[in-house]
Parts: sequence; structure tokens; C-alpha cells
Amino acid sequence: MPYIPNTDKDRMEMLRTVGASSFDDLLTNIPESLRLRGDLDVPGPLSEPELMMHMERLAGLNKVPGEVTSFLGGGVYDHAVPAAVHHITGLPHFYTAYTPYQAEVSQGTLQAIYEFQSLIAELTGMEVANASLYDGATAVAEAALMALGIQRKRRKICVSESVNPAARAVLRTYLAAWGIELVEIPLEGGVTDVGAAAGAGADAAAVIVQQPNFFGLLEPVEAISAVAEETGALLVASVDPISLGVIRPPAEYGAAIVVGEGQSLGSPVAYGGPLLGFMATNAKHARRMPGRIIGTTTDTEGRRGYVMTLQTREQHIRREKATSNICTNQGLVALAATAYLSILGGTGLRELASHVLAKSHYAASELAGVPGVKLRFDGSFFREFVIELPVESSVVKEALTDIGIWPGIKCGCYYPEMDNCLLVSVTEKHSRRDIDSLVSGLAAVLATGEA
Amino acid sequence: MSTAGLRFTESHEWLKVDGEEALMGLSDYAQHELGDIVFVELPEEGTAVSAGDVLATVESVKSVSEVYSPVAGEVVEINGDLEDSPDLINTDAYGDGWLIKLKLTDVAEIDRLMSDDEYEAHTKG
Amino acid sequence: MTGSEKTRETIVEPTIFELGRPGRCGFRLPELDVPALDPAEVLGAGNVRQAGPDIPDLSEPEAVRHFTRLAELNHHVDRGFYPLGSCTMKYNPKVNEDAAALPGFTRLHPEAEERCCQGSLSLMYHLSRHLCEISGMDAVTLEPPAGASGELTGMLIVRAYHTARGNPRSKVIVPDSAHGTNPASLTLAGYDAVEIVSDDEGRIDTEELRKVVDEETAAIMITNPNTLGVFETHIEEIIEIVHGVGGLVYMDGANLNALLGIVRPGDIGFDVMHFNLHKTFSAPHGGGGPGSGPVGVKAALAPYLPYPVISRDDARPEGRKYHFDYDRPESIGKVHGVYGNFLVAVKAYAYILSLGPAGLRRVAENALINANYLQAALREHYDLPHGDYCQHEFVLSASRQKEHGVKALDIAKRLLDFGVHAPTIYFPLIVKEALMIEPTETESRESLDHFAEVMKEIARESESDPAVVQGAPTATPVSRLDEARAAKDLDVTWKRRNA
Repeated sequence: MPYIPNTDKDRMEMLRTVGASSFDDLLTNIPESLRLRGDLDVPGPLSEPELMMHMERLAGLNKVPGEVTSFLGGGVYDHAVPAAVHHITGLPHFYTAYTPYQAEVSQGTLQAIYEFQSLIAELTGMEVANASLYDGATAVAEAALMALGIQRKRRKICVSESVNPAARAVLRTYLAAWGIELVEIPLEGGVTDVGAAAGAGADAAAVIVQQPNFFGLLEPVEAISAVAEETGALLVASVDPISLGVIRPPAEYGAAIVVGEGQSLGSPVAYGGPLLGFMATNAKHARRMPGRIIGTTTDTEGRRGYVMTLQTREQHIRREKATSNICTNQGLVALAATAYLSILGGTGLRELASHVLAKSHYAASELAGVPGVKLRFDGSFFREFVIELPVESSVVKEALTDIGIWPGIKCGCYYPEMDNCLLVSVTEKHSRRDIDSLVSGLAAVLATGEA
Repeated sequence: MSTAGLRFTESHEWLKVDGEEALMGLSDYAQHELGDIVFVELPEEGTAVSAGDVLATVESVKSVSEVYSPVAGEVVEINGDLEDSPDLINTDAYGDGWLIKLKLTDVAEIDRLMSDDEYEAHTKG
Repeated sequence: MTGSEKTRETIVEPTIFELGRPGRCGFRLPELDVPALDPAEVLGAGNVRQAGPDIPDLSEPEAVRHFTRLAELNHHVDRGFYPLGSCTMKYNPKVNEDAAALPGFTRLHPEAEERCCQGSLSLMYHLSRHLCEISGMDAVTLEPPAGASGELTGMLIVRAYHTARGNPRSKVIVPDSAHGTNPASLTLAGYDAVEIVSDDEGRIDTEELRKVVDEETAAIMITNPNTLGVFETHIEEIIEIVHGVGGLVYMDGANLNALLGIVRPGDIGFDVMHFNLHKTFSAPHGGGGPGSGPVGVKAALAPYLPYPVISRDDARPEGRKYHFDYDRPESIGKVHGVYGNFLVAVKAYAYILSLGPAGLRRVAENALINANYLQAALREHYDLPHGDYCQHEFVLSASRQKEHGVKALDIAKRLLDFGVHAPTIYFPLIVKEALMIEPTETESRESLDHFAEVMKEIARESESDPAVVQGAPTATPVSRLDEARAAKDLDVTWKRRNA
């Protein structure tokens, strides 16, 4: 048994030491009638080469970039990850450690998370940040619960329809159990209808927007912020960390809680998991934040050290009164984000964001030149944009998939009135040739009437 | 500091009555059990409370304790110094570490509470 | 913190904010082969970032050395023993990491067409089936990204089940030995926690249970074996009591390692449970995630599982057999943005296949033998409040050492000086000065002997030289840290520290 050291002989001797004559003696507390008779019906055992052959076969059944050119995004993005990032997260010192309960032998993990919190604060402009949440979607839900905790007399949450549909779905799940009213603010031209927000915002604990929104469009955040302030609701902004290389940080437009999906910072798309939720807020709300928070202190010799702090908010102390039930979060993914941002630096991130901007705009204008295709919305966008086709998007997507191009996400899955639309996502990894192949592929598909 | 004249509860709050008002805080025994106090959450002034309501929470590094109102009344003042220096409760539980000033609904209610001698016997029991 | 205090501070490893120089970069972008744009022009001046972000510029070697130096400050399973009770810190097989790093898995986008995802869907479908077989449940979702998320999911399923029968009910019972996540999760699901006191042996007291159970009882949450490492001997009676009022029985699967191939929770009457793939099924913990907390349910609860669920339809053409089913009208909704931590599922799947049925049973057997062996070695030297044969873990009390002024915390810190990790301390709450020890099956007998010797040495020190224990640790990168200061002088971001 490769992972189980003790042999049958060891076991016999150990059992004798504890006064047992056989293993079954240790089970005296388990009534015999409850025990499983016979073996579990699972496959294996496989040797290592057999296992890897099987795993490679399964992985081979998937199609991935390399074989195809993908313009899929929608919250999960295929950016280049410097090799050093996975070498850092691949250090067993990090990935085989537990949550840093014993701070004196966990300074590596603790300091890295402190740096992560600091980077998130830097990106968002907020004062404090936590050690991570599961993903951008659950982070939106946690932000809503946090807002309800701050505004105890309010029992309503408003969310713009342009917030990622998955995040809204998770939000709905979390709020339903508490009987909290969830109001979705309709859109105008692909962005939040500010007038409607003003109507909906009254009595809400929070108004939730996404910047850039699900369609890649920039929201009128200033106006929405003013609405939130007027109605006494907290502004929750869900943001894309890469975009913050060029886009104004949410602290500047009055966000009280900032959340987002951090997978694009150094992690692969990985079929949507693990992802990385993050959360930042201002110092006065620090104690209302869910999840782990790392802070600095000193040891008995005056050396700077790091510990988990404000633990009294958490479930292991406050139990049913905790700010959240979260304990294990996405530690290693947060480390990847920290390593990624360290390697890019502020200079690198700004440059990356401007490349994404340039390439996505190039793609949009080229695609809009294909006969029958137009941009669905006029607004400013970053990284993603929606094209409208003369036919149903599923037909086009099928045809393009056949020739190795994944053109984007079918908007109709989430917005029924947008059956003819595709959400196209462009990163720095797409070369002009990749983009041109999408343009010519789409033109060909539409022209031959395959679609 | 002398505890003569103070009234105590089984949940370790103390009360010092002055006319219709009373200062309240946590007993020295309680602060010692809690250890280093790092945060205190106090109610807003003007809050009306009944006996037994949670008035405040006091946090040490690894525990949270709720502070209950010993009597009915209204919060007329809170100890703002605790925001920056919660450790005043550790260093001066019966003095600078006071939590809240209450306006009592019924002064006679304090007769239900323990005297300092009774409280001392309670904590030793 | 005042300036003078800051300057007194010495530093083990600077933060990245104290490293690098402007203009350095560890990363080269591809040449921009499309026209460059002025962000202010394209996005509008009001939408553009005017300054920062103030992230230091480091070259690759600077960054790699920084994180490698940080790494060396950590204790970890590859280095040594990690007997954290209830956390199941077993060795993480390397081949699982290789499997999860295959580009076919890491580069697959969640929005790819189903015919392009058959490998991942097939893997998750089969992992779900294996978890059903191991647990005796009928259906499994892999969507919850961690154990606590699994608990919430399970409680929401309980709520949906009762709601469909006309009344969501109002309370959920938890024993006082439960993990804090249990009451926190049931609260998130809109229930009130009712705590019941354990009996003298640390088990659920069925008389206490009868007193609180009624028509408003939605469920009971049970960790079995419980957090004392004790199997709930009266589990059939407990389940009968709760089922008797129409309530459901939830199993917190944190301790499933003890049951593999021995007891299947579904067979003995549990209705719903969560698994921790990062405990029982060997996926590494990553210093605090990513985990994975699948939920298993009996058939009557299957309609309420979060959507989507993975279905297999052999009537569909080859290459489209496995698919996500979103048409789940009774579902509780979504609990994760996509479908949970897929790469963690890959590792758990690889683990099950590499062990097979006999291997899984041997995991549980050796976990039990190791725990009992260690318990026997230590019971003379520390108080053992519950002294029967244990399951996979046991709880000592440092009460005897406390008479010499040595607390469980001190013992934990002293262990670090000997190069082993501390047990879980001060949990479960029902044992004073608790030291909760879970060796797992991946420790050799010699490793256990070494730990026992160290624990005995510390017991001796506690009597002869308590100051050494109280002053520990001294052999670690930093000595004991001032947690009160961290909470009082809150410094959680570099920006705020320097504001």
C-alpha cells in the first residue's frame, strides 16, 4: 500500500499493545447490525501508471485551447499564467499545510495571505480585505448578508440584472432561507437603469452592481452610487481585478463592500473550480466581514509576525451568531493571485489591462464588420462585448465549434430575449490571427448558410 | 478599588446607583476570566432595555461574552474611551472600565441584585 | 501602532511591498499586434484609473525567492506529523497532483459545449457514484466548494423537503460537541439551533434528545464518529426518535475516514450528509483551501439538490452521453458560481481508484489502529476523559498539567519545538484543556512512537520545568505571537498600515 505504511505485522503488534486480539475488537462501539457486510463496489486498485493512463484518457476526452481557439469568458478567463506561479503554489510547504492554526509554524502561509489582502486593498482602493471566499458568486451573496448585518432594520437586497447570472442565482439561494426580499433592477441599453434603481433602492440594505458588468459594459456607477446614498443602501460592487489596471477603483465611487472573482489572477480556468472570491471593505466594517482575516503583530522578541485575527467573528467561536459559516476558503488560489500580482507588478498589470482593452476593441470592430453582425450595445466596454447575429446563436456556436472555434457564451441561456447574441471575451493571449480567424470563421458560417 | 455599595448579577455585571441613574460594568472576576479584552460593542444612547436584554458584547482574542442589562432602563451614556482602549476593563473594571450609564425605570429593581459580599461568595462557590 | 514601536520591530522576511524597484517585471506580454488605444478615450476619462495600483515591481527571481523563503517558514504534511484532530491531515499522494495538472482538465472552460467536456463530466459522474457507494446515499452533488458550504447546502435541502410538506419547521438540534460550522450553517439556512448536552461518555444523551424533539424539529446534525472520536452507539435509537417526529438526520462527514468500508451512513438511516474531499479523500488542504464538500442524499431528497446535476443518458449519441441537467424545478438553487472545485474532485477520484475497495477499508482500519495505539501510549501521561477504544481520533485533557500552570496551549506550542504540529486544542468544548489527536493512517508506527515520546517528555517538563513549556516555542521562525495586540491594533493591509 503506497500511502499506508503499517504492514500486517505492524498492525498485529500494535493491536496487541492496545490489548486487542483483532481489528474487530476496536469496533465494539459499533453495533454489529450496523456494519457493512462485504466489500464496497468501487473500482481499483490501480497502479500509478494505470491510474495516469486512465486520467490522461479522461482528460483527452475534453477539448481545450491548443486544439481549439476559445473566446469564452463570463467571469472565468483564460489569461497567461507565468510558470513561476504554479511552481510557487506547487511547493509542498504551501499546498500540504493546513489552515494556519499554529501561527509560529505557519508564517509563510500567513504572510502570503496578508500580502494578498494588501494587494486586494490596493487594487480596489478599500482599506481592509479578507483572506478569500469560495468564488465571485458566493462573495456577492456573502456581501449581501454582510450588508444585512450592518443594516439590521432592512430586509431587502437590490441587484442589477447585469450582475453575473451565476452570482445572482447563488444570491437567491442564500437569501431565500432568511425570507429576504430580492429585487432585480432592470437594464437599459445593457446597463443598470438608474431610474429603476432609484425606485427599487428604498429600504434596501444594499444595491449590488458589477463593474464591468456581465456584458463587459461599464456601468453608470457614479449615478448608482448616488441612488444608493440617497436611499441609505450600501453600494456593493463586484469587480474584475484585471480591469482595475485601467479602470477606476470602486473606493472612488463610494462602494462600501467590494467583491469579485480572482481566478484571472494566476489560476487556470479549470472547468470553473477552484475559483477565488475576494472581499474588501472599509475599516469601520472590518468586524462585519465573513471569513479569515490575517493581521500583523509581534512575537516575544519583537519580531513582526502574522496571526489569524478578529476570530471572534467566526463560527468556531461565535457558532450560530457568526458572521458566516465559512472556514476553509481558497488559500492556495489566493497564494497564486499573490504570486501572480508580484510577478506582474503594478506596471505589468496596467500594461496587461491596456492590451486586453486594445485587443477586445479590435475584435469588436472587426466582428461588427461581418455582414449581418452588429454590436448589441453602444456603451464602453472592457474585455467582453455582445454581438448580435442574424440567426440563433446556438446554431452559429455549433458550426464554429466544428471548425475548432468557440466564439463565446450564448446569452440566451441567461437572458431569454438575447437568443441571437453571443458574449465574446478577449484576453492578451489572443493574437490578431486568433481574432481574425474568429471573424473569418463567423463570416464563412453565416455566408454558407450552415447557420 | 472598593466594591462596597456596588450591586452584582450572577452573570458578572456590576451596577453603581446614583439617584435614578446607574453606571454599569463587568466585574473584576469576569475581566480576569476573559483575559485581554480587545473589543467592546456598546448600544446606542437612547436604547430602551428590559432586565436580561443583551446590552453589549465584550470580546477577548478567543471568546465573546454578552453583557446583560441587570435592570430595565434607558441607555443615557456609553463609555466612548472603550473604543480605543478596551483594555480599560482589564485595568480598572470598577472605574474607567465602566460600560454604560443607565436611567433606571424602577430603582427598587436593584434590590434583587447581590451585594458585593454575596457576589464574592457566588464567585467562590 | 506608534512609529517608534514600528522601528523596534525586526523582520523575518520583508513583504513584497518592501521589495523590488519600479519598472522591474517578471513577465513579458506578447507584442501588441493590434492598434494601441488610449483608455481615457475609449472608456471615458471619468472611468479611468488615475493612479496606481501601488503594486511593487519585482523580477521573477526576486518573487520566487520571496515566496520560497516564506514557504520555508511553514510546517506541512510532507515535512512531518500533523495530528490536528478532526482535520484528517493525511499524506497527499503526488500522482493525484499530476492528474489534476493535466491540461485537459486545467484548460477546460466551464462554458465549453458539453460535447467538449465529456472527460470532466464522466469523471464527476463516476466520482458521485463512488461517493454514493461509499456512503450508502442515493444521489450526490459536487457543487459545494467546502465542508461548510456542504453543510449549508444540506440544511437548505432539509428546508426545501419540509417546505414541500407544508412547513419548513423552525429548529435543528446539535450536540454540544459539534463543530462550530454546524450551528453557523443551520442559522444561515434560517433555522434556530437547539443545543443538547452530551452524556458522561461524550455521546448524545437520548433522554435529553427526547426532551427537545417535537413537530418543529427539522433535523438533527450529527458528527459520527463524534468529535471525541466516539461512535454514537445508540445511533439507531437517535435516528428513530428524530424520524418519529418527521425530522431528518444529517451527518457531518468530517470524520468519515473512520467509517470507510465499515459503516455506510445511508444504510443506518442518515438522510443527508456532506463529505470533505480534502480530508477523507486525500486532496491537500492548500493552507486553507480549496476544499470540496459534496453532499449526498437519499432518493426522497434528490429533487432538492442544487442545480445543475450531472446526468448520464446512454440514448444520446456517443460524445454527448454525460450532461448537466438544469431542469430541476424543486432545486434549492445554486450554491457555487460553477460546479464546485473540480480539480479537487479530480484528486479524490484518483485517490479512490488507486486504493480500490480493500484499500479504502484499510484506510479506516489503520486510522483506527494508529489512534488506539497512540491513545494507549499516552493515557498514563495525560488525562483521558473518555477511555474506551476510540475510532480514528481521541481527546486528551491537560487538566493534570494545568495544576503546574501548563495549559493545553502551552503544550501545543512546545510540540512545535520538536518539529511536529500541535493537535487541535480547546475543542471539543465539552473537554477542559482539550488536546484532540488524529494521527491518520498515513503515519508509520515509528512516527507515532516518536510523537508519543515527545508528548511524554512534555508531560515530564510540565512537572519539572513548567517555564520551558510556558515559554515555548523557541525553535520556530518566530516565538509566541501576541494575538491580543493583533486584534487591538488592527493591521490587515499594508496600505492601511502605512496610511
